[in-house]
Formats: sequence, C-alpha cells, structure tokens
Amino acid sequence: MPTYQIKVNGSVRSVDVSEDTPLLWILRDHLDLVGAKYGCGIAQCGACTVHLDGQAVRSCVLTAAQVSGKEITTIEGLSEDGSHPVQQAWKEVDVPQCGYCQAGQIMTAAAFLDKNPNPDSAEIKSAMQGNLCRCASYSRIYKAVEKAASRMG
Amino acid sequence: MSTSKPNMTFSRRDFMRTSSLAGGGILIGFNLFTACKPEASPPVDLASLNYNDFNAFIKIADNGAVTIFSPNPEIGQGVKTSMPMLIAEELDVAWDKVLVEQGVLDTKNYTRQVAGGSQSIRFGWDPLRQTGATARQMLINAAASRWGVEPSECTTSEGVIKNASGETLTYGDVVKDAAGMEIPEKVKLKKRSEYKIIGKDTWNVDLDKIVTGQPLFGLDYKKEGMVIASVMRPPAFGQKLDSYDDAGAKEIPGVIDVIRFGDKIAVLAKDTWTAMKGKKALKASWKDDGTLESTSDHDRILTGLLDGKDFQTLRADGDIKKAFASADKVLERTYESPFLPHNCLEPMNFYADVTSDKIHLVGPIQTPERTAQEIAEKLDRSPEEIHLEMTRMGGGFGRRLYGDFAMEAAEISSKAGKPVKVVFSREDDMAAGIYRPAIKYRIKAAVKNGEVTGYHLKEAAVNSNMYGLIPNFFPAGAIENYQVDVAKHDSNITTGAWRAPYTNFLAFAEQSFFDELAEMMEVDKVQLRLDLLQKVKGTTDERIQYSPERMEEVIKTAVEKSGWGKQPDGVYQGFVNYYCHNSHVAEVANVEIEDGMPVVKKIICVVDCGIVVNPLGALNQIEGGVIDGVGHAMYGDFAFENGVPQSGNFDAYRLIRINEAPEVEVHLMENDHSPTGLGEPTLPPAGGAVANALKAATGKRLYKQPFTKYPELLIVPEKEIIG
Ligand code: FES
Ligand code: FES
Repeated sequence: MPTYQIKVNGSVRSVDVSEDTPLLWILRDHLDLVGAKYGCGIAQCGACTVHLDGQAVRSCVLTAAQVSGKEITTIEGLSEDGSHPVQQAWKEVDVPQCGYCQAGQIMTAAAFLDKNPNPDSAEIKSAMQGNLCRCASYSRIYKAVEKAASRMG
Repeated sequence: MSTSKPNMTFSRRDFMRTSSLAGGGILIGFNLFTACKPEASPPVDLASLNYNDFNAFIKIADNGAVTIFSPNPEIGQGVKTSMPMLIAEELDVAWDKVLVEQGVLDTKNYTRQVAGGSQSIRFGWDPLRQTGATARQMLINAAASRWGVEPSECTTSEGVIKNASGETLTYGDVVKDAAGMEIPEKVKLKKRSEYKIIGKDTWNVDLDKIVTGQPLFGLDYKKEGMVIASVMRPPAFGQKLDSYDDAGAKEIPGVIDVIRFGDKIAVLAKDTWTAMKGKKALKASWKDDGTLESTSDHDRILTGLLDGKDFQTLRADGDIKKAFASADKVLERTYESPFLPHNCLEPMNFYADVTSDKIHLVGPIQTPERTAQEIAEKLDRSPEEIHLEMTRMGGGFGRRLYGDFAMEAAEISSKAGKPVKVVFSREDDMAAGIYRPAIKYRIKAAVKNGEVTGYHLKEAAVNSNMYGLIPNFFPAGAIENYQVDVAKHDSNITTGAWRAPYTNFLAFAEQSFFDELAEMMEVDKVQLRLDLLQKVKGTTDERIQYSPERMEEVIKTAVEKSGWGKQPDGVYQGFVNYYCHNSHVAEVANVEIEDGMPVVKKIICVVDCGIVVNPLGALNQIEGGVIDGVGHAMYGDFAFENGVPQSGNFDAYRLIRINEAPEVEVHLMENDHSPTGLGEPTLPPAGGAVANALKAATGKRLYKQPFTKYPELLIVPEKEIIG
C-alpha cells in the first residue's frame, strides 16, 4: 500500500492506505481525528467538512493523492481550545441538538466567514445549505453564523 | 467508578443506596426507573444488590465537587442536561459546580430505560427531584448531628449548610458522615418560586466537546483489536440469501474475513473504507421468500382496506350511522402518507466484543435493556454477562429503539471471535430501515343544524395501527357520535416508531380536515375548534387525554401572537391545534408568494408542556420539531419497487435544508403543571399548518404527503400574485 504524507493541523503525518481511501477515513480511522463525521460519503451532507488550504471541502470525496502537499485543517485544529469565533458563537447560541453535524457546520461557517466577514442573510443561507442538520437546528445555526460574523467582520 | 465498603445503609426507599468512596466522598446510587414506578417494591434480596443495579448516581467528593451520572442516553433531546438539573436543584448546589457524565449502564433489574416518546423528563420529574432532595437531607442530617442541633434548624444554599447560630459546613465537610446515615423516608421539595436552576437557560453539557470534535458518538468509539464489519443484507424485503462468492472481497488488501450469518454477509477489515469496499466486491444471489411488495401495491391495498369492512373499533361513542343518515351535510376526505426512513445523521453502528466469559457492547441505543436481553437470548447467554455502554447518539427519531444493528455486531463478534464494530453506510442505513409505515386516513364528518354531529376516523396502515390512547385525543369527547376504526396490512417491510408515531401524519389529516370542514360549514376556522372544545369541558370521561382548558389557552395565544386574520395582503395563514405526548400545541404557518411560488416563511408555535426545565434546550427541541415536521411534509418520500427501497442516499432522498427552513417563533405557556414532552409534540402540527396555509395561498387542498410530489397543487393562481 502506498505511503502518503498528509499535512493536517500543522503537522505532517504519514499513512499507509490504498490510493482510493477518502481523506475522511484517513482522518477518522488512521489519524484518530474523529471530529469530521461520516454522513453520506457522496458530498451531500457536509458532515465531513474540513479545510483544504482554507477552503471548505468534503473530505469524503477527496483522496490522499488529491490533498498531498496541501494544508488540511480539521475541527480539532480550528483552534487550540475551542476559542475560534465560530466555535464561540456556536457555544453561546447553544446550537447543537444531537451534535453530529455540528463540526461540519462550524468548518463550513469558518471558511465562509473568512472570505465574507459581512454576509447578508441570503449569503449565509446559501453558504450553509450544503450542510444537513437532521435535527433541524437551522434557526440556531443561522443565529450563530450571524453572531460570529459580527465578531469577525 | 471504584467503591469500597459497600455500605450497610439500605433505605426503606428501596431505590437508593449510599456508599463511601475509596478516594473519599460519597456515592448515592438509585434506580431511576424503579423509583419512577409508584408501586415499586423492594428487590427480593437487598444484600445481593450491587452497583450495577443502579442506573444513576450522584457523587459528592470530599472537596464538595458534585458529579451527576446522567441516567438517560442522549439522542439530541437535551435530557443529559435537563435531568441532572432536576437533581442539582433539589440538592441545592450551584449548577456551574456540577459535572455531568453519561452513566455506564448494566442491564440487571432494569424496568424501563428508554429515551423516546418524549417521556424522559415526564417520568424523571418526581423521582429525580426527590433523589436530590433526599441527598440534601442526608447532608443536613449529618451536619446537624455534628453540631448537635435539630436538622430542621439548618438551611442550605449552593452546597453550604448553615445552622441557626450562623455556623456553616460545606457538603464536602460532612459527606463522610452522611454516607453512614439513614436515608430519610420523607423529604420536602422546593416550590416553583424557590427554583434557582429549573427554568433557567442551561447550556448543553457536551457543548465544548461537540464544537471541538472530541469523540462522543458510537461511530467515534475505538477499542484495541477492534475490526470493522460492513454487512451485506438482502437487497429486497422478502428475499433470502441463496449463495455468495467472496473471492473478490478477500483479494482486497486489508480484508480480514468474510462471515455469513443468517441471510447476511459481513466483511471484516481493519478500517471502515476497506470493509465497505470489501462488501461492494461480494457477489451474492438472492431468492424470493415472500411477496416482493411495491408502493403501488400498498396504495391499492390500503385503499382496499379503507373501502372494506374489516376494522377493529378503538372507540365508539353514540351512533355514527344515525348521525350520517340524518346529516344536512357530510364531508369525507382521504389522506395518504408514504413510508419514511429515519435518516439519523449518524448511521447505525455498534461495537460488540463477545468472549467466553462476557459480552461487552458499546454504542448508540435508546433501549439498552431490551437490546441486551435479546442479545443474551440469541447467543444463549445470561443477561448478567452483558455490559452495555451507551454513547451519545447522532439522532434517534425512533430508529435507535431497535437493536438490530447491535444484534448484528454481537452475532458477528461471536462468530469471528474478535471485537467488532458494525458500521452502516448511508445506503445501508436507508435500505435496512425500520420505517414509518405508509398510512392512509379517511375522515368523514356529519353536520346538522350548523353543528358537527358525527365523526368517523378510519386508519389503514402497514403492519401496525395507532396506539390505544390516540382515539382519545381531540376531537374525542367533543362530538356526540364519534368512532375510530383501524385496519392493517401485514408486510415484510420492517416498520416501527418514527418521531411522534402515528400523530406525525394523523395531525396533518385531521387538522386539514377541520380546515375544510369549517369552509363547508362557513364558520371561522379557529372558532370551530373553540366551539368543539367547549363541549369537552367538565367531561367525566376519564379516557379523554387532553385538557380542553389548556388547549383553549394555546389556541387563544396562537391567535394573538400570530395576528390570525389580521395579516396584510400577501400573507396566507394556516392554523392547527394538536395534543400529543401530553403537550398541547397550536401552530400557525405564514406562507408568502415569491416568484410565483408559495414559500413557508414562518411558523408561530405555542406550546404548553408544563414547567419548562431548561428553556434554552426546550426552544431548540421545539424549533427543530417544527422544521422537521415542515421538511418531511414537504419533501419526505420513500418508495419500494419489488421490495427494494428506491432511495439510497441524500442525493435521492430530500431533507429540508437551511435555505428552506422557515423562521420559527415560539411561545411557551407558563404554568405549574409537571413537565411533558418536547422532542415530539411540535412536529405533528407543522405539516397541517403548512397545508392549510398553502390552501389559503393557492386555493388547492393537499391530501397527500410529500407536498412537493404534487407541484400542480403548489401553483398560485395568477390573481393572487402580488407585485
Ligand atoms: S459525508 Fe461527506 S458530505 Fe456527507
Ligand atoms: S444537531 Fe443533530 S444532525 Fe445537526
């Protein structure tokens, strides 16, 4: 099996996996980073969202080869201690219900607000619409993104 | 949790026991579910009890630190936060000093341990507060005896005990003494006005872990030596395994083993991706072992049942035949719903390690007791050998009441002789569902002299019919001649509870019907409901499940808060009131027209669920329930073709997304009633509110879900398009 060097959360890790292994499973099964979640495996739910060179991407449909040489950030690496403004907003608003989708929601929101710190309502909804929340915590997701924006903007 | 000196102090309150801890402090164990039963009797042999018999604990350390081991699994209802709040309130400690942990659960002697049916807080309300109060009283008694004063002279505040002369001791100071004290039989509970924790916004206890991506869920669980199993199951309901070829799977590097069990084949690998790939490489042939049913069959069969004569009557008041025969006007309508998968965002998964001396199970499950028992039976083992740990659950909605996936894990581990975690792919999760059954309702009402004189509700469902309390919901008791009849079709498609079983669709049917009935009677839609409720007031019928007074209050509040009947042009409203899961709810949907299409902009939701333990958590549940209800009524569709589910993943199964979610405005009624359910009761009314508002906007009535399947009914007539 080929060996890949994966740069994640600031350190280079090496993994032996078959070349079709999605980044999601490399993170979860081989690097013990379980923050990114499996929800669909086909880029439909956003539970697996991580950052690739600062862009929000679906780690379930990216392979090791596609991410080599790029910087990957997972929810575990978004901040040292949960202090990223998006994480803070998520806590203040008490967004999670079951919580399963929330790491993906936060990663999508963080990358979005980085590019667009002053979004309007339609922009927030369109940025977040790729992330399903089966518990339908959408009202609070929206509120938390607004709140984080007010701090990042 | 290590304990020493299992204590001699048994209470006459047989559900509690105390013990000193090896590291200092006291552990108070209690069996929540035994305590919940009013007729709880002592276990036969007290001396043989051990701490596995208790499913909830309070630990008070020497330094006064309080840890509460939450008795109920967390599925997103916030019970892991709200239930410990009840204990902490009566224990009289500061909430920010309390640590909450998920209790480890063993299976012996459990009577009820289920997170579902919105009942956790309802059943926990009294026993949890009493437990906290009992612990507090023991600490007071310990302090009083040290001071040589009467316990009644002592007061507490945030973990500090004070006597009449102003001396103080902390809980930590007296835990050692308290561990040896008699457990008091009677304790006084606080009045609502004295609450410091109950009724205050309290943040989810797992928040930090969730927003930093810490392992919490079943899918995150890992254990040394564990392998992953991906399971191939019969592709159609009604099929069995004929033969299979695993050569291709075994060639894949990393595949460890392929194991057949029953009609299923498990591919074991060291990681998830390899196991999933291995499963795809299996070749299997299947044989039919029953009827392969299609959605068109169900459609025909259910209609046949409604047209037929074979019903079970669940409630019959007066004489509906007479009422219809003498009616001035009759309205009859039929409503149809599809099967629905649960689609918890965390797919089903479970860990099992079956060895010769024990069975270790870990994962997300709403029914640990029943699941452990079933596994013990299947593997011919004693339930005492089973140790089951619950993880946080990535959604439940009823799916995790069923332990099929845990059973699979146990069977595979037993055959493989290894610790195994079964992981469903999304496709597995949708195809191996325990679905909400397809259901049709037919409702017929008789009107005479401007009054509703007869009401006949018929249900035709796949596999099982509404539970016995539902026929006693509104409008039972309000209409003199009233009858509920049910019939079912037995199918090999597995069905079960889905968030707010039966009412999740029945509410839409009945409340759409009332809307149309009011139109036919040419009376105000809200007034019709209020008039009916008048007739239930003062009823002596003990079967009636709702309070007409509380229902009237939520209706009036919803009218006021939604500006019912006073909306500007271009806002179309739909009204619904409903009772289920012991809560009374009214919802108003506001639909506006955008680009010629009706859009659900807002839902005003008024809820009477008694005392709200944690308003912050409650609002999340309520908003989620409403949006979930709107989403499934609009989009949720699931069909079968020759036994094969026709949707496999979220590209073919539409769930509501943030850009489609209406704003939800919630109003909670304030009263002194005991808390009732939150996780479910706001879902059922949402579909009806939307349908009634859509009718107002488009002039077209919706009788079938999901609404988006009938786009021709969602077209706004030209004249209604404003601007
Ligand atoms: S798991 Fe990647 S988008 Fe759903
Ligand atoms: S909080 Fe449960 S899926 Fe989003």
